[in-house]
Amino acid sequence: MSDLLKIGDKEFKSRLFLGTGKFPNKKIIAKVIEESESKVITVALRRVDLDSKDENVLNYIPKDSILMPNTSGARNAEEAIRIARLAKASGCGNWIKIEVINDNKYLLPDNMETLKAVEVLSKEGFIVLPYMSPDLSMAKRMVDAGAAAIMPLGSPIGSNRGIKTKELVRILVNELNIPVIVDAGIGRPSEACECMEMGCDAVLVNTAIATARDPIEMAKAFSKAVEAGRKAYLAGLGPVKEEGRASSPLTGFLRDESN
Amino acid sequence: MKIQINGKEELIENITNLTELINSKNLKPENIVVEHNTKIVSKEEFENVIITEEDKIEIISFVGGG
Repeated sequence: MSDLLKIGDKEFKSRLFLGTGKFPNKKIIAKVIEESESKVITVALRRVDLDSKDENVLNYIPKDSILMPNTSGARNAEEAIRIARLAKASGCGNWIKIEVINDNKYLLPDNMETLKAVEVLSKEGFIVLPYMSPDLSMAKRMVDAGAAAIMPLGSPIGSNRGIKTKELVRILVNELNIPVIVDAGIGRPSEACECMEMGCDAVLVNTAIATARDPIEMAKAFSKAVEAGRKAYLAGLGPVKEEGRASSPLTGFLRDESN
Repeated sequence: MKIQINGKEELIENITNLTELINSKNLKPENIVVEHNTKIVSKEEFENVIITEEDKIEIISFVGGG
């Protein structure tokens, strides 16, 4: 039975979205994408360094990937909208991850400015995936404004602290009717699995893979973890009880019952 | 001619349009996005955009990011 993730007009199998920052070199990125079978790949936009002969990251991303540029660097909606339009002008698609951050300590997103950017960019035909701090009323506003998915953070970007926002993310999963994709802070495959087990539609991982001792093997581990979590969710987790309930029969014991 | 590229002032000579500017920097049009005086310029229009004194040009490309 197919369990494809549908966002915008795209349908795909892999529920592991991949960031491309912090890798030791660009060649690893190609191998990581290949081994993890990730489909949605995030990149950033920056001024070209005219003094360096650095090769373009796009050379290492398969042509059939879904490119999701982020608006990293934007401190407000206006800057995010400008970056999004530049990304679209490259001709690499119309997906955009809205990332608006004016907090240099925790790198937490500015939900209000993010919402403004969602409103403008959805109207311009972008497939908009806002990165946000999990808050149900904000998320609902973003859905109404045309977001294609909601990307709540698990914990601060690059911190590998895991799903500290679990309860709030669970509420989003229960109440929203568009995909919920945990983005930021996932540090271990088990945490990615945990997101999927509770019904998230996908996860975005960057630092945990890029800064692992062996990023390629770590990408494989994450891929398996995401798959396992998804299967568990679809299979239906068993109930959690307060007391013990024997797993083996309570009759036919190898003893006299009078003892 | 004095122009601004990626926030830095530069003196350029013998360059009349964006295509010539991009070529002079050994860049490939397919890998970059260009803003000319805050307007995004499509690749097809590069050779039609004339560079003049005090122009502000941003040359942008994709990089690794999460």
